[in-house]
Amino acid sequence: MTTLWIAIAAVALASATIKAAGPVLVGGRELPPRAVSVIALLAPALLAALVVTETFGEDRHLVLDERAVGVAVAAVALALRAPVLLAVALAAVTTALVRAFV
Amino acid sequence: MSRPSVTDVMEGKGVRNAGPYLAGARASVPFALATLVLGISFGVLARSLGWGIVAPIVFSVVAFSGSAQFAVAAVLGAGGGAVAAILAAVLLNARFGPMGVAVAPYLRGGPFRRALEGQAVVDASWALASRGGGRFDREFMIGATVPQGVAWIVGTAIGAVGGDFIGDPMRLGLDVIFPAFFLALLAEELRGGRRAVAVALIAAALALALVPFAPPGVPVIAACAAALVGLRRS
Repeated sequence: MTTLWIAIAAVALASATIKAAGPVLVGGRELPPRAVSVIALLAPALLAALVVTETFGEDRHLVLDERAVGVAVAAVALALRAPVLLAVALAAVTTALVRAFV
Repeated sequence: MSRPSVTDVMEGKGVRNAGPYLAGARASVPFALATLVLGISFGVLARSLGWGIVAPIVFSVVAFSGSAQFAVAAVLGAGGGAVAAILAAVLLNARFGPMGVAVAPYLRGGPFRRALEGQAVVDASWALASRGGGRFDREFMIGATVPQGVAWIVGTAIGAVGGDFIGDPMRLGLDVIFPAFFLALLAEELRGGRRAVAVALIAAALALALVPFAPPGVPVIAACAAALVGLRRS
């Protein structure tokens, strides 16, 4: 039980520190243009990485499962210019149906 | 400046103009619902590991970090030690570093206040507040985080208390809500030009290539290196 409480305290502290680091270090100062363009590209980089790891990753394995079907349906819906929330809902419903019946 | 009337406050026109915060909160409601279910899932898992009711709830209040908390549960549940659990959680949360750097120019005040505002960075809020081209809406992000925080803590409590009666809610397919949503935001970002498309492709390839070899969390961090494409003059 002590192990658990040590982990809880340490993770809370580490998490807060990581989140504070960028805002405190970068602050409100003017950054050089090249740094600004790198920072601007962090969003597509992080989003792309989150999409693929949350769709195909499981522990240290790449898997093709119900999640991929759901996300693929969302991709098609988005390509057909469906609203974001509709695309997301279709992904969830598809994944649940595939899990239940396939 | 006159004092706001009660109706002004109700409609979000407070002294500080609560409108943008409320807009963020409203936009995050679907994700708060998904977070609620994830929270229940975490509570059920913690209960099954014999953590009791208090510890998982305290964990969700002080850490407020889904992926890291699931990682701690996975490591400790498999018989791992505190150091391994903490390390796994830190690696998973390391992504908040670059996310914090990205929003930093839009936060306000001195170091302490910035550190505090930085706590509002969670995946969905950060992504919801992204306005493309590296711009962020501070009020929208903070507003979006509040319902998710409440949902995460309440969900954890429901799961920890309800335990065995609930079962695994992940069967509902709610786990794809986040990747599907991030995909939608990525599509928006990609309208920013060929550079953004190149960065996204490199990042996705890097992350996928690293999944089998690196601990969870590392692939996402390493994928940030793709943003270095921005060093080239356009």
